[in-house]
Formats: sequence, structure tokens, C-alpha cells
Amino acid sequence: MRHLLSTKELSRDDAIALLDVAEDMAAVQEREMKKLPTLRGRTVVNLFFEDSTRTRISFEAAAKRLSADVINFSAKGSSVSKGESLKDTAQTLQAMGADGVVIRHHASGAPQTLAMSGWIDAGVVNAGDGTHEHPTQALLDAFTIRRRLHGATSRGRGLDGVHVVIVGDILHSRVARSNVWLLTTLGATVELVAPPTLLPVDTTAWPARVGYDLDASLAGGPDVVMMLRIQAERMHAAFFPNSREYARTWGLDDARFDRLPPTTMVMHPGPMNRGLEIAARAADSPQSTVREQVANGVSVRMAALYLLLSGERGDAA
Amino acid sequence: MTERFLITGATLATGGRADLLLSDGVIAEVGRIADAAGATVVDADGLVALPGLVDLHTHLREPGYEQSETVLTGTQAAAAGGFTAVFAMANTSPVADTAGVVEQEASLGRAAGYATVQPIGAVTVGLKGEQLAELGAMARSRANVRVFSDDGFCVSDPLLMRRALEYVKAFDGVIAQHAQEPRLTQGAQMNEGALSGELGLVGWPAVAEESIIARDVLLAEHVGSRLHVCHVSTAGSVEVIRWAKARGIDVTAEVTPHHLLLTEDLVSSYDPRFKVNPPLRRAEDVEALRLALADGTIDIVATDHAPHPVEAKESEWDAAANGMVGLESALAVVHAAVVENGLLDWADVARVLSAAPASIGRLAGHGQPLERGSAAEVALYDPAAASDFSLDRLAGRSVNSPYLGRRLPGRVVATFHGGYATYLDGAVRPADEIARHASARLEGTRG
Repeated sequence: MRHLLSTKELSRDDAIALLDVAEDMAAVQEREMKKLPTLRGRTVVNLFFEDSTRTRISFEAAAKRLSADVINFSAKGSSVSKGESLKDTAQTLQAMGADGVVIRHHASGAPQTLAMSGWIDAGVVNAGDGTHEHPTQALLDAFTIRRRLHGATSRGRGLDGVHVVIVGDILHSRVARSNVWLLTTLGATVELVAPPTLLPVDTTAWPARVGYDLDASLAGGPDVVMMLRIQAERMHAAFFPNSREYARTWGLDDARFDRLPPTTMVMHPGPMNRGLEIAARAADSPQSTVREQVANGVSVRMAALYLLLSGERGDAA
Repeated sequence: MTERFLITGATLATGGRADLLLSDGVIAEVGRIADAAGATVVDADGLVALPGLVDLHTHLREPGYEQSETVLTGTQAAAAGGFTAVFAMANTSPVADTAGVVEQEASLGRAAGYATVQPIGAVTVGLKGEQLAELGAMARSRANVRVFSDDGFCVSDPLLMRRALEYVKAFDGVIAQHAQEPRLTQGAQMNEGALSGELGLVGWPAVAEESIIARDVLLAEHVGSRLHVCHVSTAGSVEVIRWAKARGIDVTAEVTPHHLLLTEDLVSSYDPRFKVNPPLRRAEDVEALRLALADGTIDIVATDHAPHPVEAKESEWDAAANGMVGLESALAVVHAAVVENGLLDWADVARVLSAAPASIGRLAGHGQPLERGSAAEVALYDPAAASDFSLDRLAGRSVNSPYLGRRLPGRVVATFHGGYATYLDGAVRPADEIARHASARLEGTRG
């Protein structure tokens, strides 16, 4: 793999291979000595044009546990906020000898632009671009589902027959997009539930069913319910009347949670708005995978960095 | 005595072959010309002779954005594309909203000499959509403005649009509307549809264009005014305009070369060369636009030549500027989009790229058929010179062309403006030579 830009491009075999490497990485995380020497002497830059402490520290932990040198480059308070272009920033990192760049950017497509521009030789990992994709989040979600379902026998498996319902702001969610592609590539069926205003105007090309009625979808007894974060700014742009109406209609409240089969996983990419899209009882229940998702995130990101940066560079994805 | 040109064996748009003698700024003779002593001979065997092209929608960027283009470099690009007249959009800095600015632009154009530069006046002061600009003063100025546009912005206030439509009737003006409902396109980055949803780019819905056109044709009908619609980009807009014309409403419409050839799929690369406003649309829209141009629903092709410096396009998609250069490639793109498939013949091309835009813009001395006594405004085009469009074909200051590396079916070989060659043998003639011709011609018209 040369870059990890989206899950749409990922084949089933590549995705399963990455998840299997992540299983190996997870096994390392259970040892007392958590560090591997694999990327010693390699430099990974976390290039964050958007605030995201959670994703950044997850990548930082992943790189450090592979013994890479880590440079954190935050756009805030740097030359970027003074108008430096993506190109100049990239060339600066190139001059510093970055082997891998983990980029979080507010513009959809920025990681692809960086990877294809010729400004930089480094492998590029998309850590979330605009409202486009967030591939490592989807991979860690898939990893989490697979582990919960298959435990120690996870290796080599896809998610065939798994029924996943994703609920919330699909329109603006890069997590939803990456999950739609990845989970269906792995054999799962995906259902999207949202207010009509928070769905893209045309989803006919998406391999997912789309609906507006959360109760109807939950009545199907899904294996996984994934709740997405509602951003505060959506409430002021006429996407829905107010947070109370949203929570009542599309939130995973106690009553809805109680109707779910006890085997249904409750997922959330974090950070959660408790009381809005998810009630505390659901978030804190044994069915919730929220903390596992965070732990698995490090393993999955270790796997991604390992596949991109170990060995000879330059072979095609 | 100025240089005379004898163009031999050209294929006329109307069919048939002829020689043309250009002398003293006019076409002195058409036919078989045996005797043209002292004339420079241009062998046009296999070339199509068209009346000099007229672009109703050009951004020359001067004054204010000279790093992108100037009147000189923009008209050099025009010459390279076979254009002999360009209408310069008003979104300069300062905005062309007073007689002073439009007169300055026109005079820069006359001094450069590559093409007639006909300024377009802003509809509202500073393009802000709040208060009418001095439309009458610009119309009465030496720039003789007849086309008014806030292009780049929509005159979205319906009352202001109504007043503008009414007011310009006093001097046979026309409002050229950039049809884009601003609230429906906040932050818009590409055509709204399945692809925008997948790419995570904010959508620019077709309805934002169509609803403004629908409103404007009704306003034009109500007040009995002339309306021109800039860069029509959707199949739905075509339907609205077709309906309006059938109803007898005085509306004309333009389409850009890029909306006739390119589709939104190109955005998947996130390559900002393909970022333009209105955005590239679906293949169905391209097809509808081609048919509309063929059946006359859309009257003209206009380039929306929009130069930008390299740094404005060397970035992530969201940060990149909207716009493409288009003068140099327009004729070859029209050839590829609607001539090769037989929708238009060369006489139609002469209409949509020369006669009709000159007529909509009330521009004298352009768009005339290649006949004895017409102004010597001529473009020669080689329809058999298929090649990959390359940087050396661009003659303006900016290189933000979406066609670089794309195969186009032909190329402009020569352009004559006012009887002198502005572009010859695939090269723009030197600026000092053209300036001398232009000043001699000005002397001639004064004396």
C-alpha cells in the first residue's frame, strides 16, 4: 500500500489483511512491552489542519509504538494560519525527511491532492478530510465489530451477513461515508437513518438502504447501531427544528435502547453528545463499544502505518 | 499604405472555396482573385474561414488583477483563439461601474490593438447588489456600453433586477444575468448530485440556476425588456429558456465551451483545474446543452475566459479559485463538442461564435459575413489539425486550462483584426507591431 486515502478504493482482501495485521498489533498491546522496533528511524508527521486531539494522539501512540519519530504539526499558531499554502507546508515536510504524513484537513480531497501532487514523496494517511472520508475510523469500527463477533477467531474473516444501522448526520459525516464503503466491501449490509435534510440529495449510488424512521430500522434487530455526532452548528442552519426534536426522533434514548436485542452493539465514533444523539444508559452499557473503539484505533493505525512505511517504498497500492 | 493580405483557397462557412483580399480594414474582394499585387499571401487550402469570433463573456482582469491577465495579454489570448472582439466583464478592481473605468478599459484595448475590447458595465455599484450603477453614464460614455452584468454575482434581489431590466430599455441595453441563487449555493463546490455526496463536496444544485432564470424571464416579460442569461449549465435551464422563447419573451442565452464538453466526473480527481462556476454538470446536462445550441434555444457560445495565477489553482479543492481560461481553446472545443457529431455546421459556428454575440451586444463592425465590403475580421481554422492541447497554445498570462493534455480536433491558424494579422502561422504577432497597426488605424478613422 502506497497511501491510505479512502475505503472506497480498498479491496476486500486488502481490508482483511489490514485488519489481520491490526490483530497482531493488538496482541502486542496486551504485552508488558508494547513497543515494536519496526519503524525505527522513520519519521511520521501528524499534519493537522483541524483540531482533533483524539485522532492525533491515537496516531501518535500508534507511530511511537512502532518506534517511529513523530512530529506533530498543528495548523493553529503555525505558518499555516498565516496563509502558508498546503504546497509549501508539504514541501517543508519533504525537506525535513518525512516518510509518512498523517493528514487531517477541513477540505474534502486534501489528502488526495497531497498524495498526487508530487510535492512530497511520503506515504499519506487520510485522518479525516472535510466531509469526504475517514478511513482509519471505519477500519477501527470494522475491527471492533469483527472482534466482538468472532473474538480470537477473527483473523481472515469479513463481516458477511452483519446488519449495521448508521444514524445521524450522514450528509456531513466522513465516518459514515468510509463505513458505507468498507462495511459493504466486507460483506455487511448497511442502513442509513437520518432526517432527510441530513442525507445527501442523491444516494442511489451508495450500497446502502436509506430511511428516515429510526424505530422501524431498530425493529429489524440490527447487529450494530452506530450513532453519529450532531454538530452544534447544524442546529442553527435549519437542518432540523431543535435538539429536543432531534433527540426525540433520531436519538438512541432509553426506550429505544431497551427495545434492542441484548446482542446489538452500540457504537459511536466520539466525542458523544450525551442526551442528544445517545442517552447515557446506552453509552455506558456493556453493549457499548465506545472504549474498545478507542483502544482498537491505536492497533488499526499501527497496522496502517506498518503497511505504508515498513519495507521498500514506492510499490503500487 | 498598410499591409494587404490575400487569403487563398479558404473554405467558407457557407460552403465553397474562395480567395479573400483584405485591404484597408475591409474585405475588398471575395472570389477567385488573380491579381493582388503586393499582398501577403496566406495559403488557406484546407482551412475554414470564419468571421472573426466575438466573445460576449471574457474576464480581462485589468484593472486590479494584472497578475492573472491584462487587457494586452487577454486580447493576445483572444487573437490566438480566433477572436477579434471581446466583451470585458465588469468584475475588475475598481469595478467597471462608472464611465471612467469602462472608458479606460476600452482605451487600453484600442492601444493594444489585438481585438476590439467592448467593456461590460456593472449592474450594481461594486457588484454588491444594493444600488444601480450609473448605467446611463456608461451607455453614453465613449465606451458605449450596452451589456450590463454583475457576473460573478447574481443580481438576486428581484426588485433591483426588475429595475435594471426596465432602466436599460432607455438605451437598448441588456442585462446579462449570472443566474445563481445565493442562499441555495452557500459554500457550493461542485454540481449537487450523487457525486458531490460521495466526494463530500458542498453541492451547487441545478435549481439554484433554474429558479433565477425562471424568475428573470417572467420579469423580462412583465416589463418588456431584453434579458441575456450567462453560462447556462443545466438541462432544466434549457427547458425554462425554451418555454420563455416559445412565449415570445426577449431572452438570449449563452453556453460555455467547457459546459459543452466536460462533465462533473472530472471533479473526482480533486484537480482544481476543473473547478468552475457554474460547475461542470452531468452528461445529461451536456447533451441537453448541445441540443439546445443546435436548435437555437441557446443563442451563442461564450468562453467565460477566467484567468487565475498558478497559486490560485495549486491547492486543495475548497481553497482553489473558480474559473478556466477558454479563449485559446474555444473554437476547437466547439468543434469537438458539436461540429464533429454534426449538430452544428460551420455556418452555425459563425452564427453562435460571431454574428449572434455581436448582435446581442450591439457591437458594430463584427460578426459580418465574409463578403465584399465587410470589416476585415477573419479567423482561419484548420479542422484537420488534431493534436493534444498544450501550453504553447496558450497566449494569455494564465495557464489554468482544463484541456491541457486533451486531444482537440483542430486549431486556429490565423486571425485578422481590422485588416492586419494578430495571429499568424500559429504565433501571436509582436505587441509593438500590433500597436503600430492599431494606432495607424485610429489615425485613419480620425482623418
